[in-house]
Amino acid sequence: MNKEYIITVFSENKVGLLGEITAVLTQRSINIESLTVSESALQGIHKFTIIVSTESEQIEKAAKQIEKIIDVLKAFVYTQDEVVQQEIALYKVTRSTNVEKLVRDHHVRILEIFDDYIILEKTGHKQDTQALFELLKPYGVQQFVRSGQVAIIKSKHELLDEYLESINKNI
Amino acid sequence: MNNQDNNNYFSGSKAVIESFLAEGVDTIFGYPGGTIMPVYDALYDYRDRVNHILVRHEQCAVHSAQGYARASGKTGVCIVTSGPGATNTVTGLADALLDSTPIVLISGQVASGALGTDAFQETNFIQITQAVTKWNCQVKRAADIPAAIAKAFYIAQSGRPGPVVVDITKDAQMELAEFHYEKVNFIRSYHPYPVLDKEKIAEAAKLINLSNRPLVLVGQGVVLGEAGEELKAFLEKSGIPAASTLLGLSALPTNHPQYVGMLGMHGNYAPNVKNKDCDLLIAIGMRFDDRVTGTPETFGKNAKIIHLDIDPSEINKIIYADVPVIGDVKESLPVLTELLAQKHHKDWIAEFKACYNIEYNAIIEPSIHPTSPQVRMGEVVSGVSKAYNDDAIMVTDVGQQQMVAARFFGYTRPRSIITSGGLGTMGFGLPAAIGAKLGCPEREVCLFVGDGGLQMSIQEFGTIFQSDIHVKVILLNNSFLGMVRQWQELFFDKRYSFTEMINPDFGLIAQANRIAYQCVEERADLEEAIKKMKAHKGAYLLEVRVEKEENVFPMVQAGASVEDVRLE
Ligand SMILES: Cc1ncc(C[n+]2csc(CCOP(=O)(O)OP(=O)(O)O)c2C)c(N)n1
Repeated sequence: MNKEYIITVFSENKVGLLGEITAVLTQRSINIESLTVSESALQGIHKFTIIVSTESEQIEKAAKQIEKIIDVLKAFVYTQDEVVQQEIALYKVTRSTNVEKLVRDHHVRILEIFDDYIILEKTGHKQDTQALFELLKPYGVQQFVRSGQVAIIKSKHELLDEYLESINKNI
Repeated sequence: MNNQDNNNYFSGSKAVIESFLAEGVDTIFGYPGGTIMPVYDALYDYRDRVNHILVRHEQCAVHSAQGYARASGKTGVCIVTSGPGATNTVTGLADALLDSTPIVLISGQVASGALGTDAFQETNFIQITQAVTKWNCQVKRAADIPAAIAKAFYIAQSGRPGPVVVDITKDAQMELAEFHYEKVNFIRSYHPYPVLDKEKIAEAAKLINLSNRPLVLVGQGVVLGEAGEELKAFLEKSGIPAASTLLGLSALPTNHPQYVGMLGMHGNYAPNVKNKDCDLLIAIGMRFDDRVTGTPETFGKNAKIIHLDIDPSEINKIIYADVPVIGDVKESLPVLTELLAQKHHKDWIAEFKACYNIEYNAIIEPSIHPTSPQVRMGEVVSGVSKAYNDDAIMVTDVGQQQMVAARFFGYTRPRSIITSGGLGTMGFGLPAAIGAKLGCPEREVCLFVGDGGLQMSIQEFGTIFQSDIHVKVILLNNSFLGMVRQWQELFFDKRYSFTEMINPDFGLIAQANRIAYQCVEERADLEEAIKKMKAHKGAYLLEVRVEKEENVFPMVQAGASVEDVRLE
């Protein structure tokens, strides 16, 4: 049975690594639903947050293969209940009284107002940002973009810290 | 010459060669071209210290380096130019990745300013080789060359070995930079030698001590880890019978009393048919390739599985391991052996021997002492093996001859079989034999090759001639792409679609390359011909016209369970 998993990958900053990591998933026909990359809390270490939907057996094997990539420090797999996930969505919407009412009723943040359109921002789960899109759609959504999801794990601290400590001890 | 060059300021090209020397490289397989010319120019000054072998095709540079590495235990080194030179190596790299062979390949690349412009002979080699290397990197500054090469050697040969590529732009090869070489033995994100889990080892020992019908599956990990002695100690204390994968052959001498044969599709009868009777399988440095397991769902279905491997990603990949022991088998085996009860499994081993006798009567005897009119592959292989006292390095190409050679050759010490297992690359044999001879000059090297496979890399006769490589090539000529023909016979109603070969005169080709040659068509001439080949100082091509439609058995059909191994 397919289930949503969050893979976080910590790596050195190496050209081409994104392709190597995604190749592990595509070779197993695991479809990537969302992917974000940025520097992690630790300087010089990059963090990939990858959301996929697949089977538990597949995800374990894929994570091990990702970890096998030389420049990958560690790959962790989480299920939805172990993390807090958010994404940002931006909407460029034609101005109208209907839209302004929606904005007030749903506590949507207004980023900028122009003569004929406004730019709105909504942070939340994919379902939330999608739901707002559906509500706005009848009134003319000119553009709609999502950031992709980022996730924070609920347990005390990032496991990577412990991991880095353990390798430093072994040297 | 720039006077800076007199100090420690070297060109990037010179830095490449100096880095090789620092790693103890004495042999390089390569082929020059535009973007690697600066390195070749630097090499000219090192001809007294580095033996560069000019191959005839870049794919063969890698296969030769593989043969060199597998025979000697050292890392194989190749140099090629960008574009076509580089893309020609892809098959070799893929082969080395699947068979865990340490290779460092240096490829030239267009100047850094021209990258991404579709410049002459530019290919994105980093992206192309991502899927066929353990690691790769591109270097665009001379100053970065020593560190990149040091990292490359460390990654290629540590842990589970594999091929790595260092792609160097032409301007980096020509730029001057201070040379400073420091070997790498630590990379923060890479842990080639996992720490042993003593608890798992204790669990494994418990299972072994309780088992009545255990079987050891020996893989190439034992050879790569140089753990032959540790394996013997383990076997001799536990009394457990041992079977080998294709690449694990020669880790244990063929005549070891507990050795019960080769696993897999064309392996021996006993270790396949007894699989279902085992209550415990102890996999040592092997990866449950589908050619070994048959259908994995039924493999070891009545057995618990202990899996010792250095690569954590192999655990549970194909076969679930009840007790995984991650680590170098050279370290884990002695710890495990310590905890074992001294035991013997005489009756259990006798069951394997009984199966061997069935196979002997049905297949082995008719193969090595045939009464059929034509020469058969098995008698040639066993004749050659005997002539060399089971002590030659045996190289194969791919196909029927590979399976027959693997089964009928005898092994007395490790690193005695070199064959393309994971990728099954036709054309591997001849260049790999060249590399093996250079890697182990004091040992005899015998190649068994089919008429199809020989013609996939036959241009390497030129390399053999130019570099005077003393390899013995035994061509088992059945005028067919034999292995495919066998499948056509068994599974496609004998419709021999494009598998018959109308062959050239191999004698003339040998002669053109000044290689001694003899052709045998009659059984009566075989023994004498083998003696003559052995006595000849230099390369030799012995062509044997073998039975055209011989089939290789035993056989586990694709998709079948190993216990359903066929004897005919
Ligand atoms: C490069 C490559 N192409 C195709 C194949 C498929 N293949 C496997 S065995 C074989 C036949 C080999 O024939 P030959 O070299 O004459 O050896 P024989 O089987 O007759 O011993 C072929 C075509 C392969 N393994 N490698």
